[in-house]
Amino acid sequence: MSQPAPTTPAFDDYVSPVHLDELTDEAITIIREVATECENPVLLFSGGKDSAVLLHLARLAFAPARLPFPVMHVDTGHNFAEVIDYRDRLVKDWNVRLVIASVQESIDSGRVVEDVGPRASRNRLQSVTLLDALAEHGFDAAFGGGRRDEDKARAKERILSFRDRQGRWDPRQQRPEPWALLNPRIRKGEHLRAFPLSNWTELDIWQYIARHDVPLPTIYFSHTRTVVERDGMLLAVGGPVALEAGEQPFDEVVRYRTVGDASCTGAIRSAASTLGHILAETAAARITERGATRADDTFSESAMEDRKREGYF
Amino acid sequence: MDSSMVGTDLRSASVAPSEPDTAVRTTLRIATAGSVDDGKSTLIGRLLHDTKTVFEDQLKAVEKASRRYGDGETNLALLTDGLRAEREQGITIDVAHRYFTTPLRSFIVADTPGHAQYTRNMVTGASTSDIAIVLVDARHGVVDQTRRHSLIATMLGVEAIVVAVNKMDLVGWDQAEYERISKEVHAFVDGLPHPVPVFSIPMSALLGDNVVATSTNTPWYDGPPLLTFLEQFDASVESLPGARVHVQRVIRPQGGDHADFRGYAGVVAAGTLTIGEPITVLPSGRTTKVSGLHRWGQPVADAGAGHAVVVELADDVDVARGDVLVAGDATHPPEVAEDIVIDVCWMIDQPLLVGTRHWFKHGTRTGHATVTAIEHRYDLVSLEHEPTDELVLNDIGRVHLRLSEPIVADLYRHHAEGGRLILIDAASNTTAGAAMIAAISAWSPEI
Repeated sequence: MSQPAPTTPAFDDYVSPVHLDELTDEAITIIREVATECENPVLLFSGGKDSAVLLHLARLAFAPARLPFPVMHVDTGHNFAEVIDYRDRLVKDWNVRLVIASVQESIDSGRVVEDVGPRASRNRLQSVTLLDALAEHGFDAAFGGGRRDEDKARAKERILSFRDRQGRWDPRQQRPEPWALLNPRIRKGEHLRAFPLSNWTELDIWQYIARHDVPLPTIYFSHTRTVVERDGMLLAVGGPVALEAGEQPFDEVVRYRTVGDASCTGAIRSAASTLGHILAETAAARITERGATRADDTFSESAMEDRKREGYF
Repeated sequence: MDSSMVGTDLRSASVAPSEPDTAVRTTLRIATAGSVDDGKSTLIGRLLHDTKTVFEDQLKAVEKASRRYGDGETNLALLTDGLRAEREQGITIDVAHRYFTTPLRSFIVADTPGHAQYTRNMVTGASTSDIAIVLVDARHGVVDQTRRHSLIATMLGVEAIVVAVNKMDLVGWDQAEYERISKEVHAFVDGLPHPVPVFSIPMSALLGDNVVATSTNTPWYDGPPLLTFLEQFDASVESLPGARVHVQRVIRPQGGDHADFRGYAGVVAAGTLTIGEPITVLPSGRTTKVSGLHRWGQPVADAGAGHAVVVELADDVDVARGDVLVAGDATHPPEVAEDIVIDVCWMIDQPLLVGTRHWFKHGTRTGHATVTAIEHRYDLVSLEHEPTDELVLNDIGRVHLRLSEPIVADLYRHHAEGGRLILIDAASNTTAGAAMIAAISAWSPEI
């Protein structure tokens, strides 16, 4: 059963505020540089905590001017309702332009074929939808909230990551990236992925959220939900997750550590209902966020590398 | 409040950057260096493991992979060798970045490849680091890669080198062997064009001796273990007088409450910028004053090195991306230059030749650079200057460039940020050279 929520800690108990200052300045500088050198950038926004921080930073980067580029949500159709509500509310409150790229439309138009079965996920299909949408809108740079501490393949990626005409990442031919002198030169049809949060950890993200009071979807905070336990992961019942024979749904006090496709994103047992509780829980965590909550990354040793080669976030 | 939202709107939030506190240590950026199999990835794995930074699922995955690749025990190098090709071959191909925090400090670690073939990836990792940890296998002593990586790391701007004399268990914890290697590296670094302080530590990364805890196997060593050293190292913040801002972008809101606002976004490179301070805009040479400063969308009274700011100026002067705002009295004021002499690490297969033209990026200025002369290449072992008419992959040499437009140049040894540039291959658009300005001059070949 869930652990009792820890007492609320002081704000800067975990990460030195100077460290967070440095990361903030670095991210803003990267965002400004890419947005100015590239012709038509876009910010990939999933409704998760990393993209919320990224969008918050991007607005600070150009203040008092408006955000000079749109945000794009690659919508798998397998969403948490709270996340879609949050997305729509945020783009309205923050006055940003939203582009939606739909995985369902990619399926309907025959661009991708959906896996079937109770464990089918649309996670991998997103790569095709993403690449199609980048081409359709002529986006030459896509900001992502990816962090090097998430996964061992991400740990290898540059801040500015080159994609060829097919949208592929070649981890063996990455451009050198000396100092902070970013090289955004590309040819037509190629594009860049820019990761301003490369050097942030999960704890840094939560520290930033607490410091700036960044709005988040409610599912990041403790709530009661009907779930089923599968492969050690708690999956929400009622959405795209179909029950398998013998599985018994039950109510549990949970929260989410990541927000992704609802079919493969697991909840964790947690009574952490405030940012202070979450900071304490994150600081004490012994399992990575992807290991704990993403079925797609536990499939094989190089699951993330394989998806990234194909054009994934 | 809407039920799907937690938190408040940015507009109502007022968050100021932290006040500088001398008691709080800045983040330390570290790069590993040294030859293949000297134990770089194992050392980083050991640091992560012993500082309890490795998560249970990561450790489980590494244990499983160690069995698959036939390693007898858990191979901590697999914590950073994240690409399939690396794990299959047991080598590091590209730099991996890892993060850990102790009660005293946050660390960013770049684990770099040891193979000469992947030197360009080592350059990527070392260029942003404060410290290079150069590993030496105690059985083999100093090898060519030790020298090459020490040269590159010091050229790119690390402030110190830590010589980790590794695998001491395999030489019976022999003090004489340790001291011989340590002295050899000290002597070599002292003779480099950009010498830095050198510290050495005897260790076994595999067994953990002198990594996080002091080893009982080295009673003759009275220095700290590696982690203690790193926690206490003072990374100097550039406190040069004369702040610079390379203008990234003009911030000009369209309409609304800020229709008259005009600010210049960029990073403060060294020094401190204060409201009211006189400013020279280069290359134009026009002068004005700082009338407003903003960081993270909030007004601030002053800004220091590394801060991402927006600067408002008192007069309506012409300022565009690529220009540099220069404040105060610099000890070594920058020069507007079109002809420069550089030391360059060459990182692509196509050779650098006289007459070839590349893109350059210096600060926020981009243009064409034509190679007008190649003085020499450094022999990376003897450090002799060898006359040459080309630089090939992984060469470091001294080259003369003519630029298509003037830059606001510093000598690298005076001012690192204003003294470096990258060269970009015009055909492939890949980053081809990491360059440091050694001289600003009209073209004058050495005789």
